Amino acid sequence: MIPKTRLSAEELAVNFADLHPAFSRDEALAEAARCLYCYDAPCTRSCPTGIDVPGFIQQILHDNPLGAAETILDENIFGGSCARACPTEVLCEGACVDRTLLTDPVRIGRLQRFATDAAAEKNIRFFEAGPDTGKQVAIVGGGPAGLSCAFHLRRLGHAVIVFEARDVAGGLNTIGLSPYKVSTEFALTEIEPIRDMGVEIRLGETVDADRLGALRQSHDAVFVAVGLGPTKSLPLPGADLPGVDEALDFIFPAHLGPLVDCRVGDRVVVIGAGNTAIDVATQAVRLGASSVTIAYRRGPEDISAFAYEYELARQDGVAFEWYVRPAAFVGTSTVEGVRVQPVHPDDLSDAGATRIIPCDQAIMALGQTPIVDRLGPLGEGVFSGGDCISGGAEIVDAVQDGKVAATEIDDYLKGSGR
Amino acid sequence: MSRPDITASIAGIRSPNPFWLASAPPTNSAYQVRRAFEAGWGGVVWKTLGHDPAAVNVSSRYGAVDYDGRKMMGFNNIELITDRSLEDNLAEIRQIKREFPNHAVLVSLMVESTREAWHDIVKRVEDTGADGLELNFGCPHGMSERGMGSAVGQVPEYTCMVTEWAKEVAQTPVFVKLTPNVTDVRMPGRAARRANADAISLINTINSIMGVDLQTLAPRPQVAGRGSHGGYCGPAVKPIALNMVQQIASDPEIGLPVSGIGGIQTWQDAVEFMLLGAGSVQVCTAAMHYGFRIVEQLESGLVNWMRERGFSCLSDFVGASVGRVGTWNELDLSYKVVADIEQDACIHCGLCYIACEDGAHQSIARTEIPLADFMAEPMGNTAVLESGRLTVVAGAGAGYVNRYEIKKDSCVGCNLCSLVCPVSGCISMQEADSGLPSMNWGEYQAKLATGEVEPIQPPGHA
Repeated sequence: MIPKTRLSAEELAVNFADLHPAFSRDEALAEAARCLYCYDAPCTRSCPTGIDVPGFIQQILHDNPLGAAETILDENIFGGSCARACPTEVLCEGACVDRTLLTDPVRIGRLQRFATDAAAEKNIRFFEAGPDTGKQVAIVGGGPAGLSCAFHLRRLGHAVIVFEARDVAGGLNTIGLSPYKVSTEFALTEIEPIRDMGVEIRLGETVDADRLGALRQSHDAVFVAVGLGPTKSLPLPGADLPGVDEALDFIFPAHLGPLVDCRVGDRVVVIGAGNTAIDVATQAVRLGASSVTIAYRRGPEDISAFAYEYELARQDGVAFEWYVRPAAFVGTSTVEGVRVQPVHPDDLSDAGATRIIPCDQAIMALGQTPIVDRLGPLGEGVFSGGDCISGGAEIVDAVQDGKVAATEIDDYLKGSGR
Repeated sequence: MSRPDITASIAGIRSPNPFWLASAPPTNSAYQVRRAFEAGWGGVVWKTLGHDPAAVNVSSRYGAVDYDGRKMMGFNNIELITDRSLEDNLAEIRQIKREFPNHAVLVSLMVESTREAWHDIVKRVEDTGADGLELNFGCPHGMSERGMGSAVGQVPEYTCMVTEWAKEVAQTPVFVKLTPNVTDVRMPGRAARRANADAISLINTINSIMGVDLQTLAPRPQVAGRGSHGGYCGPAVKPIALNMVQQIASDPEIGLPVSGIGGIQTWQDAVEFMLLGAGSVQVCTAAMHYGFRIVEQLESGLVNWMRERGFSCLSDFVGASVGRVGTWNELDLSYKVVADIEQDACIHCGLCYIACEDGAHQSIARTEIPLADFMAEPMGNTAVLESGRLTVVAGAGAGYVNRYEIKKDSCVGCNLCSLVCPVSGCISMQEADSGLPSMNWGEYQAKLATGEVEPIQPPGHA
């Protein structure tokens, strides 16, 4: 059994504090003053949810943070979470023309957080349910796609029930992100306004193919946003050894219980080099692992993790082993190391003898497995979106999928109906 | 070339440089004036003296306009003239003049509108050894309600009369400080001239309410929840002041030296006032904002600009631009400029486009260039980031980059796009041939009458 973290609650609180502290009012005003207020703004065009970024920044500048929050949440009801978790360097901030003019983009994510925090602190409810249409929609999956869809359907006046398999709402937005990016508590507060609009969220409700069929019969439309399944596993010798874990099982506990109850090895090897692998590695460091190594079968130029995430891992002291292919997990009663096969950078062919990277915990971060197929053909009146369709994207993409689906469902309901 | 000589001489008053502190809170005491001279100011106009009992001030008394993050673009006050006794002030002026014999010390005056009162104050102030007097006919708040300040400056006859009283006994140069709260500032200027004033200072502050507190609904600045109009100044008023300085400097019926005042914060501001006719410049708000040390930047900027331009003394350029300002009717209708966008410098913010589209003549074309095409051509200095497996291009989004181009045929050369463009050197206004003969409005009318030119067609609008 992997032991609990050896760090104190105080040490953990420091390690898991906000990666980017909230802007003070003066910081926000100074940053907002940098925005040029572009026309047909590249930042807005680069936001999957199309938030009017120059508009909300000008609202901040003109001392209207609540108006700014309304602008944001109107397009993205998870605007506070996305402010914290979005890879802004490749989205809005990546497109910011100030990168060309002044090297540094306007810190759009942190301004978005400033605005949404202002609204959250005052517990403002900006949006109301539309006039009742008499139509009922079932949503399978209470993650960002499902809840975003639910929010927009309620604004249009449709009744919505959300069926969530887990005991907590919000999907990966609540339990799948690094806690130093989005805290569990904050993620849950963003769900309350949706609930308050009359969205019923039923927790612990699993929907299989049969039940989906029944929901389709009992409702005017169904939106399927079940997300993805467990992390892909490597069919390698020793994969069933205790201490060989998968990424999400490692990340979830940081949200579901106190950090002092989280378990982490002393020497951790992470397999994979995507953004989730980075999250796992940095979480392991922050939980107190003495050494954390990311092992990847290709080189640094091939990783799918964003440059910013890679830099974060390096700053956290994560070691990288490039051009090594995992060959086996070794150990007697528990994992004691990962046997890796070095490969040639050019063609990834085997290069020399295998060697063992010692560890007492090996975590696979290789992407998640699809599960939507288990529901069978979806049929007429059943819509779908989010990670289960995209194969795994950002929270902001799931939110947009839900928003688009709500419009499609509304069109459908206004047309032939069931 | 030796260091340019920036000694100023105006109406016979000399100062080591043209930078004076205006009559205002920074010149309220010997302590402040001493610090100012030690910091490098060439002269001061002592904060306005009156007869005892001294004025009583309210709390609070200043307000400011911030502009998108920058503080104090505009500033106002409801402070009155000095609230210290006349004897204290006179003793300190005498002491300062003894310590700084080569600096200019003028004293601003405002007393009851009687000949006796003015004779008395002029004599007592000149007894200190002060270099000159400045008659405060400008303050728009408080004292004006008691028949002083702008109540005098707004009536040319009063301006003339009170100036005459001062001149009847004055041994030193008399500057008349004008209020901008008039329809035509030349009228009180001519009145001062008729009374044989030696110079004119302008502008004093502009009537203003700085704003309303949106929580308390009280005006700013507030005194126990109420307010009163105050005197507006600071960088925001500079263009108004420049216009009035030029009007005074160019008026053939006035012909007096001018000390320029109004929003001067940078050396460029100071030089512009001097080009439009100011022999010295007076500063207040900038010194209240940043302290006396700003004079170092003023002097350094002036000296190096003179070096670059080959000017050896102030008289080489003071007033040089006065004659460049005339009536609209004198402007050349054949002159034409057209905007030009340097594509390699463009950051694709679209500000020029939307300004022209909504605010001007719809003369900028927007074309969505597919990102792949944009990346295939040389991109100037566009920032590109490789991150994960993505290539992120600043200014791009939704798969395209906007290209903005001037429609040269319909551009009227209004300058707007070049004014809003945030990139140095990206949009320039370039001279073009209009095909018309050089002519002003009157000449155009004459040529039309003789059939020498066709009527100029209005520009196209979308």
